[in-house]
Amino acid sequence: MNIVVCVKYVPDAQADRGFDESDLTTNRESVDGLLSELDEYAVEEALKIAEAGEGEVTVVTIGPDKAADAVKKALQMGADKGVHISDEAIRGSDAFATSLLLAKAIEKIGAPDLVITGMASTDGTMGVVPAMLAERLGLPQVTFASELTVDGDGVTIRRDGDTASETIIAKLPALVSVTDQINEPRYPSFKGIMAAKKKPVETWSLADLGVDAGAVGAAGAYTKVLSVTKRPPREQGQIVTDEGDGGSKLADFLASRKFI
Amino acid sequence: MFELSQDHEDFRAMVRDFAEREVAPHVAEWDRAHHFPTDLAPKMGDLGLFGLVVPEEFGGSADPEGGPFTALCVAIEELGRIDQSIGITLSAGVGLGINPILTYGSPAQKERWLPDLVSGRALAAFGLTEPDAGSDAGATRTKASLDGDSWVVNGAKAFITNSGTEITSVVTVTARTGESADGRPEISAIMIPSGTTGFEVAPAYDKLGWNISDTHGLTFSDVRVPQENLLGDRGQGFKQFLKTLDDGRIAISALALGLLVRMREEATAYAQARTAFGRPIGVNQGVSFKVADLAVMEETARLLTYKAAWLKDQQELGKHSVAEVKQAAAIAKLYTSEAAVTATRLATQIFGGNGFMEEYPVARFYRDAKILEIGEGTSEVQRMVIARNLGLSS
Ligand SMILES: Cc1cc2nc3c(=O)[nH]c(=O)nc-3n(C[C@H](O)[C@H](O)[C@H](O)COP(=O)(O)OP(=O)(O)OC[C@H]3O[C@@H](n4cnc5c(N)ncnc54)[C@H](O)[C@@H]3O)c2cc1C
Repeated sequence: MNIVVCVKYVPDAQADRGFDESDLTTNRESVDGLLSELDEYAVEEALKIAEAGEGEVTVVTIGPDKAADAVKKALQMGADKGVHISDEAIRGSDAFATSLLLAKAIEKIGAPDLVITGMASTDGTMGVVPAMLAERLGLPQVTFASELTVDGDGVTIRRDGDTASETIIAKLPALVSVTDQINEPRYPSFKGIMAAKKKPVETWSLADLGVDAGAVGAAGAYTKVLSVTKRPPREQGQIVTDEGDGGSKLADFLASRKFI
Repeated sequence: MFELSQDHEDFRAMVRDFAEREVAPHVAEWDRAHHFPTDLAPKMGDLGLFGLVVPEEFGGSADPEGGPFTALCVAIEELGRIDQSIGITLSAGVGLGINPILTYGSPAQKERWLPDLVSGRALAAFGLTEPDAGSDAGATRTKASLDGDSWVVNGAKAFITNSGTEITSVVTVTARTGESADGRPEISAIMIPSGTTGFEVAPAYDKLGWNISDTHGLTFSDVRVPQENLLGDRGQGFKQFLKTLDDGRIAISALALGLLVRMREEATAYAQARTAFGRPIGVNQGVSFKVADLAVMEETARLLTYKAAWLKDQQELGKHSVAEVKQAAAIAKLYTSEAAVTATRLATQIFGGNGFMEEYPVARFYRDAKILEIGEGTSEVQRMVIARNLGLSS
């Protein structure tokens, strides 16, 4: 079973994140980055499947030099090899271009049995790349899996909705995106950290993938960020003294905010 | 020369992440309840923390070239920054529990005990101290005599870490097994599995600090264990534990270092946030100089601790002597533990009344610091060791 996991290097959600004012892209210089937490679930799921049988896990990321850290973390967790797609021209790419680059990279890696992604990134949180990528690769797309089983030549997933859970079965090869309910990602061990240094990581440019610079970056984008606004500062809380009417004051407050 | 390897730093980031997510949210509650979190040990085991100095054949990850002891110190420092009891649980689990078995155990003993200890499914303890033999550990009164092919052990041990948890599998104790030719007591180490008839674990002590850490008095009344439970060579028990303690002292330094890091962080943040007389208290030199002193203690502790850890790793590679490690360990332990006590006093002072409240972590660290000057050899004993190494016999 050959599994490819797509992972993203994102600004640390704990840090004070912002946008680059010149081109309205995410500012990646001023904050520390890391492997998107939602992608740790994808890596963990791939490792579990690979460990249960025979298999190799390849992680792919797109991003600036520092994005190699996302690959490194996945390798430290136990993935076998990594691919880092890096090219100046990629800056400002949208989901459409991202899915193109990932599709080309996965074709170059060689037809995998399974592609696993997180359900969304923790920075963009659009969650559309898995669907676009499946479409480009011509694979069945099984998204938002909270449980995943591989049996024989198929996968079965459970997708939890607000009112019902669906069971979806697809034939391999397939693409599955996983939620944060699916597993408990492992922490890398010291052994894993030392072993990761010896694992192969390839860095590919647009030329390596045969992708035209015009198809990616701001030029190739189908979406355009017109403006960004800072989140309004937190307002001071309101303290209500209960003089027997605490309950109705609370209800009034909730009603004024249209919660009830 | 003055930095750890990238592997060690990556490992530090991982342990910090673990400590902040899995340990930090619970420690105040555990401390209040004097609760030892049994479930945390296997999680630490899964991370490989108990196996850092253990070879792969027993489930560990030690690569002598990779600085395994240094990695252990990094883990203890990071856990200790969040909570001292959790840090000592690892430190004692490895240094006192695993290490003697790894160093002196027979192949059968290693095979029997190490895998569970490394995975954090079990904990082992080391019982040296007795009600009447602490600094003077050679005064051990616990006796073991051979009866057929069994050791029969009688006596008591005091203050033994990790000895009474639900998952404690074995306690190694030092005992008199006879007299040497020169009339001195012959001391050997004997492994006593938990649950052996006659081996009683007293209720947990009521301590000043380290409330999350498990500490018990132990008594042995005609405890029978097979002859092969002797750990290492007969009559070598005293020498063996002295060596065990050298390593343990470096680990205690790492624990003190974690505390110093935390005190500097807490004091700096509080000095900036708290205002009095219309401005942050940290603009007063009476406060900022204390924070500066905390930074100096932290840096000094870091250099001494990792110098000693590095020497220990080098010594394992045959590049430095045991005597060098011994001296560096005693110096590091003495300085860092005394600095830890001073640092908690300074930090609590900066916190004012809040520093006396359990709501703020500095209060817990204040209670936890004092034992650092006592366990694994008191400050006086460290000074004795250091002076002796300088040729001043005592
Ligand atoms: C929480 C906790 C956990 C512990 N865990 C363990 C454990 O896991 N295993 C274990 O074996 N032990 C353990 N200990 C015991 C610890 O190592 C001893 O308490 C310590 O070595 C001191 O021994 P003592 O308490 O008998 O003090 P004593 O030896 O009675 O010392 C009393 C005082 O006299 C001083 N003193 C003694 N002799 C001299 C001298 N010659 N010159 C100058 N001053 C001297 C000492 O420094 C000290 O200040 C633990 C203790 C505590 C409190």
